[in-house]
Amino acid sequence: MTSRQPVLIVRTGTANIASVHAALRRLNVDARCAESPDELDRAQAVVLPGVGTLAAAMNEIGRQNLIEPLQTRLRDGRPTLAICLGFQMLFEGSDESPDVAGLGVIEGRITPLPPGVRSPHIGWNDVTFDDGWPEATPGKAYFAHSYRAERVPPEWQVAHTEHGGRFISAVRRSAVTGFQFHPELSGSWGRAMIARWLAKAGVIERDDTRSTEKHAC
Amino acid sequence: MLTTRLIPCLDVRDGRVVKGVRFAGLRDAGDPAELAARYEQEGADELVVLDVAATPQKRGTQLETVRQVRAMLSIPLTVGGGVRDMDSAAALLDAGADKVAVNSAAVRRPDLLDELSERFGAQCTVLAIDAARAQQTDSHPLRWNVLIESGATSAQRDAVDWAVEAGSRGAGEILLTSWDRDGTGEGYDLDLIAAVRSAVSMPIIASGGAAGPEHLVEAVRAGADAVLAASIFHDRAWSVRDVKHAMHNENLEVRL
Repeated sequence: MTSRQPVLIVRTGTANIASVHAALRRLNVDARCAESPDELDRAQAVVLPGVGTLAAAMNEIGRQNLIEPLQTRLRDGRPTLAICLGFQMLFEGSDESPDVAGLGVIEGRITPLPPGVRSPHIGWNDVTFDDGWPEATPGKAYFAHSYRAERVPPEWQVAHTEHGGRFISAVRRSAVTGFQFHPELSGSWGRAMIARWLAKAGVIERDDTRSTEKHAC
Repeated sequence: MLTTRLIPCLDVRDGRVVKGVRFAGLRDAGDPAELAARYEQEGADELVVLDVAATPQKRGTQLETVRQVRAMLSIPLTVGGGVRDMDSAAALLDAGADKVAVNSAAVRRPDLLDELSERFGAQCTVLAIDAARAQQTDSHPLRWNVLIESGATSAQRDAVDWAVEAGSRGAGEILLTSWDRDGTGEGYDLDLIAAVRSAVSMPIIASGGAAGPEHLVEAVRAGADAVLAASIFHDRAWSVRDVKHAMHNENLEVRL
């Protein structure tokens, strides 16, 4: 099934947008990049991807005047999926770019992985869900990052992962979902995570999700 | 727990997968997108595509291969071969690569690593090192030289020193290929893996020489975070799944 309205992807300047795009297409969902603040404000569902540094990504969305509309839709709990650096952008700031403010939707700060642990944290690791997302199944996800969120306010936390201690690997409130890992690169488990968010966002029906998963590949 | 990654590698020339010995004597091994899909289905953790004949004239063919592989693949894709500058790296990322591997261009101009890491992040910046054992002397019992231009030229650099410098310049991973072992099936150069492991803190992908699971297990025990292999999968000597089960049976943490 094709969505009534395409999913809008925010161009953060540095992101692997092609991988996000391909993952959505495999779920039969149309996607394209957001072209204006107004469009972002009206969109049914938005993906905030990101690789690279927080400063580069914040500067890029600032240049496109997307910071305020993003903050508004995130605070309103409208369907938004934040991935990797996009997830880190939800916070107030990061030690990676101390002079640049994040979107500030989640209270807290992003800090580096502790010394002595393999960094960057690259590869597949376990995602363990806490109470916030009963229908999600635990699995292994692909991570690629050097900074992490050590804690979040309890109303946001849904999953954690261990690497140099425990860090937050997923948050959710209303239809806003954030993943430290890359669901678009996490095989069939990742595909199911994206499908759950798309269903929550009203882009696809739950039943469509199942049939798409079954017939994928 | 972070698992050991198993990474099939597709050496691509003019849109076809090829494989040779010590980077020479290339023979056809199949269609990149078909092999990519097969390896993902078998449980590959990641895929590397190296264009072994990349030139600016053939850039379009390389990008088309990346697009076709990306459309099939829902695991990470690293692309290397002919990455000369920021523009060629950006074009590969736009086409669907998640990471770019640089080799000769970074040796010639190490600042390229800083620039890639600054713009795309360390986790996107892979330094590929082709290392050849150097003549042993009393003062240097064991060392490796960096080769560039697909092994044709010695860069007159020590491979371990180069890995350390790359890390300080922002490379996030080392794709460490033993030129001596590539395509030979004699097993990975374990001394090389151990030497680089003791010198850097970022992940190491070991490459060159695997003939079976025992070689991959050895490489991990020597310090590799990920193991790359090509011929054993293309020839169907082993499936990705069989190798992962063999690694699991040796008590390595893998994604099954």
